[in-house]
Amino acid sequence: MPEEPKGPAPVSPPAGGEEPPAATSPVPSKTVVQQPVAAPKPEAAAASKPEPAKAAEPVPGEKAAAPAVAKPAAPAAKPAPKPEGPKPEPWESELVTRLRHEHGSGIHEASTYLGQKYLVVDKAILHDILMRLRDDERFDYCVDITAVHYPKREEQFDILYILYSFPQNERVRVKTQIKDGDSVHTAVDIWETANWLEREVYDMFGISFDGHPDLKRILLPDGWKGHPLRKDYPILQQDQEWVKINLGIESGQ
Amino acid sequence: MSERTDYLDLDTKDETFLDATELVLNMGPQHPSTHGVLRVILKLDGEKVLGTECIIGYLHRGVEKIGENRTYTMFNPYVDRMDYVAAVSNGLGYCETVEKLLNVEAPPRAQYLRVILTELCRIASHQVWLGTHALDIGAITPLFYCFRDREDILRIFEKYCGARLTTHAFRIGGCIYEAYDGFEQDCKKFCEVFLPKLDEYEELLTTNRIWVERTKGVGILNPEDCIALGVTGPVLRASGVKWDLRKAQPYESYKNFDFEIPTGVNGDTYDRYLVRIEEMRQAVRIIRQAVDGLPAGPIMAKVPKVIKPPVGEVYHSIEAPKGELGYFIVSDGSTQPYRVRVRPPSFVNLQALDKMVRGLLVADVVAVIGTLDIVLGEVDR
Repeated sequence: MPEEPKGPAPVSPPAGGEEPPAATSPVPSKTVVQQPVAAPKPEAAAASKPEPAKAAEPVPGEKAAAPAVAKPAAPAAKPAPKPEGPKPEPWESELVTRLRHEHGSGIHEASTYLGQKYLVVDKAILHDILMRLRDDERFDYCVDITAVHYPKREEQFDILYILYSFPQNERVRVKTQIKDGDSVHTAVDIWETANWLEREVYDMFGISFDGHPDLKRILLPDGWKGHPLRKDYPILQQDQEWVKINLGIESGQ
Repeated sequence: MSERTDYLDLDTKDETFLDATELVLNMGPQHPSTHGVLRVILKLDGEKVLGTECIIGYLHRGVEKIGENRTYTMFNPYVDRMDYVAAVSNGLGYCETVEKLLNVEAPPRAQYLRVILTELCRIASHQVWLGTHALDIGAITPLFYCFRDREDILRIFEKYCGARLTTHAFRIGGCIYEAYDGFEQDCKKFCEVFLPKLDEYEELLTTNRIWVERTKGVGILNPEDCIALGVTGPVLRASGVKWDLRKAQPYESYKNFDFEIPTGVNGDTYDRYLVRIEEMRQAVRIIRQAVDGLPAGPIMAKVPKVIKPPVGEVYHSIEAPKGELGYFIVSDGSTQPYRVRVRPPSFVNLQALDKMVRGLLVADVVAVIGTLDIVLGEVDR
């Protein structure tokens, strides 16, 4: 394998590195300076390329796909058969019947999408439902807690609990929708693992959890302003003030 | 050192603890045994640990935010940078989740290639764990042995896709690279050479008195706590819970292979060591079967050139070397994911640290951090 990067490297840089200076710059000393600058580029490009050339028929299709995506989506519209796509189907089971019987209209939706089951429940009964799922339906393992931000909706946030049952080898997602500024009851009393997971949701979305034993930021520093996974937080945004005070630089970008 | 005592509002009081002044000790983030930039604030009584507080986030790069701002294809290499010692597994989880959203399946040959590379990656990850874990406890030789043998795996990766660490080996819909000439032989040769080497590791450690004294009965986690804390992977299995996603909810072609799920009994550091060693043996078994049964055919499913999954959301997880690695992706029908959530095994497992080290000595904290096998790139994302 050392041969592969080496192979194209000595060949291409002299060709690519020497010609432009000869054409553009009359000063001979510049060629010396430019050569090492130009050299890494073809090398890096060559290092990532040599493999696809080797592969068999199906590759050209995918090889074309990578650059196509990198460019703006000009050819995107025509081949895509739009009205396709699986739809959520109603999920009927004893579990849902039992929960519906008990909580009635609190269960807004019980569906499956691509074979994955989920429940949409009212915020008011969320904690009861989670408790019931663990105690009576044996969903003993809380895989993940996360949130999704939909700024255009009135109830801006989806909070998701991904649960798994060891005895039944089954997954279910419990989802609830809340408004910005609302809080939900913590699940730490149901699953200990919720502690850090809820802290992360708080850190990234600014959703608070009532009764959480230690609700504070987890990944970002304590004094940071803003919640980065909200949709109104652009990717380049940062807490300038914090960066200035704590890192002593103008910008972390 | 103790400027942030507000982190510690721990109320554990045990009669066995000396009534001395409690000491708050800061460990990390720059500390060789924290395996990266983990900072642990220890509350000590003499040398006994009363409680801990993990401060994480030093390596936070906002991977989930980046995912929302890249196309599905462009985000693929980023996931390799989370758990960088098991980059192949990260890529597998991501590709599979997007495939699920697209409702396509990789062709059989691609699935077998994926299994071979992922299992090689599992061995490489466990080798890094074993080498550094043993080093933390004071055994230096395993580090050299493990890194020497890991080189064989990295060489296969390099030949296959040109990269050793952050491989970006898989694409959405299958694999982009066909197995190189001699791939099967290389894998078979590795298996043959590796098994005796694994015995060598065991010879150095399994009955080594210092190793046994330092690991037996240290950092015990019972199965109930494991489940309540959401701990997965070898840590869960060492506590006696026989659960592995490759068996429980088989993905790729794992249902075609014959392998065992090793479990422990005591849930201590020594059992976790034994479980991971045995997992390497099982990985070799899987690789051998997959290489022998490697079917012919295409390696790429029919996926559109521009990946635009239909509106919907999907959670899918795989058994990464460290535990359950899950991706939750919400698609709004555009070329970029609306939301990517990574469920990192290291992050969730690290939460168990506090429970495991209470009442132990400071030196055991080092052993327990090692046995949890965390990678801070994945904890912080």
